[in-house]
Amino acid sequence: MPRRNIKIETRVEYLSILDDRGRVDTALEPKLDGDLLLYMYRMMLLTRRLDERLLNLQRQGRIGTYAPIRGQEAVQIGSVVGLRKSDWTVQAFREPGVSLHRGWSINRIIKFWGGYEEGCAVPEGVNDTPIAVPVASQLPHITGIAWGMKIRKKDDVVVGFVGDGGTSEGDFHEALTFAGVFKVPAVFVITNNQWAISIPRHKQTASKTLAQKAVGYGFDGIQVDGNDVLAVYVAVQEAVDRARAGKGPTLIEAVTYRLAMHTTADDPKKYRSDEEVKKWEKRDPVPRFEKYLRDKGVLDDKTVAELEEDIAERIRKGVAEHEATLDVNPVECFDYLYNEVPAELEDQRAEFAAALEREGVGTGD
Amino acid sequence: MAQMNMVKAINLALREAMTEDDGVILLGEDIGQDEGVFRVTEGLMKEFGEERVIDTPLAEGAIVGCAVGMALYGLKPVCEMQFSGFAYQAYHQIEGHMSRYRNRTRGRYNMGMVIRMPYGGGIRAIEHHSESREALYAHNPGLKMVIPSGPRNARALLIASIRSLDPVIFFEPKGIYRAFREEVPDEVETMPIGRAVVAREGSDITLISYGAMLRPTMEAAEDLSEEEGVSAEVVDLLTVSPMDTETIAGSVAKTGRAVVIHEGPRTCGVGAEVTARLIEKSFFHLEAPIRRITGYDVHFPYFASEQAFLPNAERIRHAARETLAV
Ligand SMILES: Cc1ncc(C[n+]2csc(CCOP(=O)(O)OP(=O)(O)O)c2C)c(N)n1
Ligand SMILES: [Mg+2]
Repeated sequence: MPRRNIKIETRVEYLSILDDRGRVDTALEPKLDGDLLLYMYRMMLLTRRLDERLLNLQRQGRIGTYAPIRGQEAVQIGSVVGLRKSDWTVQAFREPGVSLHRGWSINRIIKFWGGYEEGCAVPEGVNDTPIAVPVASQLPHITGIAWGMKIRKKDDVVVGFVGDGGTSEGDFHEALTFAGVFKVPAVFVITNNQWAISIPRHKQTASKTLAQKAVGYGFDGIQVDGNDVLAVYVAVQEAVDRARAGKGPTLIEAVTYRLAMHTTADDPKKYRSDEEVKKWEKRDPVPRFEKYLRDKGVLDDKTVAELEEDIAERIRKGVAEHEATLDVNPVECFDYLYNEVPAELEDQRAEFAAALEREGVGTGD
Repeated sequence: MAQMNMVKAINLALREAMTEDDGVILLGEDIGQDEGVFRVTEGLMKEFGEERVIDTPLAEGAIVGCAVGMALYGLKPVCEMQFSGFAYQAYHQIEGHMSRYRNRTRGRYNMGMVIRMPYGGGIRAIEHHSESREALYAHNPGLKMVIPSGPRNARALLIASIRSLDPVIFFEPKGIYRAFREEVPDEVETMPIGRAVVAREGSDITLISYGAMLRPTMEAAEDLSEEEGVSAEVVDLLTVSPMDTETIAGSVAKTGRAVVIHEGPRTCGVGAEVTARLIEKSFFHLEAPIRRITGYDVHFPYFASEQAFLPNAERIRHAARETLAV
């Protein structure tokens, strides 16, 4: 009956490949071809410009409340560009970069924030889940989808997202517990942007890192510089390779920062300082990666200008497409609820349509 | 007397309750430093400190579960769910413990606690931010389910809820948080939980509603009287459970006709319960079938359709006319 220390296998690495000024650690630099590097940059830039446009549309009252993602582009793009089409991604609620890479149209992304159900209608052929509004509720789905892959003996994987705040929810604990026990091919990416609305990371948990939580579930956790797209890419790809090889799940904490407000309904001045934001602006993932690509000779002024022009045009088209399709038939709220529609519901549908008719609201029926 | 909107009135009630009882503790997400996403808890952390106005980590289950623990220990926790759509993360604590502890311990422990939550549509919000699921809590034995309809009764009912030794689910109609102001008396005022009020007297038909739907219901009643000479009585339930059968049955005994109005889905909704009670208590007074104007049995649509979806004065008037035509 001794008192002794129990040896626990733990491994919580930290990984950063590009520093704040875009200088690369050549020993850690992944060997990626120029096309992929350029693609990653293009997607980060597209994500940023779309985010700016959505903020703008909100200010003009052309969409509803919007949750901006400025500063988090590297986490989103770095996590998913290495996936196969048959792999799945599971979003939290502010991952437009993921959607853009996976094949969601800009129109569809805008539709969500504009208040249209179509914004959650996953495009055919895309293995994603839509925005999950209740924080962390998507995490057990990551485990479940990955479990399905295991049951069906596929070598596909799931990459899913949650915020730093989301790690406090019961669903986080339960999803990762199951993932560890059943050794499913899942990669859990925590977008640690330092804030959950007004609650700073250190008030969210007394744990030193979020990555170390993996230890309690029996698998590896790694913390990466989430503003370094190369580090995110490398960490996620290593985790994906392990998952494909049947070696189970990984937890990745991507350390980044929410440069904008929580949503357009929020006033961050109430709870955080401008100095803090300025400090993080210096670590902005987009110019950092751009610097690296320029140093490497993959990018020059001309290419950047062409990319900007192309992106502006894509966004312009997406917004136009959205605004050309604003008509909505309110009665449609009945149409997708069940596979077999109860007769009673048909009656209510007719009642609703008749009410709208009297009120002069078109139903298109 | 001061004029204030519902946000200010609820804020006032919280301040008063915290002042009169140092066991009143507020717990919730973003209620302290940020003063609540709707600013309901404005100034309270500054006034009462971080130990009594607690910014919690993001976990509704722990907010309610810890509040159950605090209530067991004799404190008076008042929890905020940021939106009623996120209370399901705490539902096992609400159903499994908050509603049962008194009964389970044969009265040894009271569950003197309140869970406040904004509910309902009308604010152009994304999914899970617009539902009205009061029937869930009304269906749950051991809970009291309170829904104010204006600043003055919100303040009075919240004070009563916090003073109560029974657990109260306090739904705040966020669609009308800032829609209008009312005179709120300077001295602390309370209203009894479990009592409805006649918000407008009439003799031809009874319109029964609560929460944010009271406004379109009153509007319909005014229009019916102005345009059609119909005298509509309006009953504001204020407490959905326990329901004030006496007041609704008393009104229908007089009018013989009733329409029930609420935002939540129709099937097994509060309107179903009101209707059942009227059948039981007022059957021989009824001169026409009771009608329900409610949310339909579908998920609340995304906000591009919400104004079309929400029950409105026109629908209430239409149902009233049909009822009167029988
Ligand atoms: C279960 C639940 N509770 C509360 C909310 C309200 N809410 C929306 S986002 C948010 C903070 C989330 O923080 P984090 O997980 O760090 O994600 P971030 O917003 O930083 O992307 C809260 C409290 C919600 N959507 N779901
Ligand atoms: Mg966060």
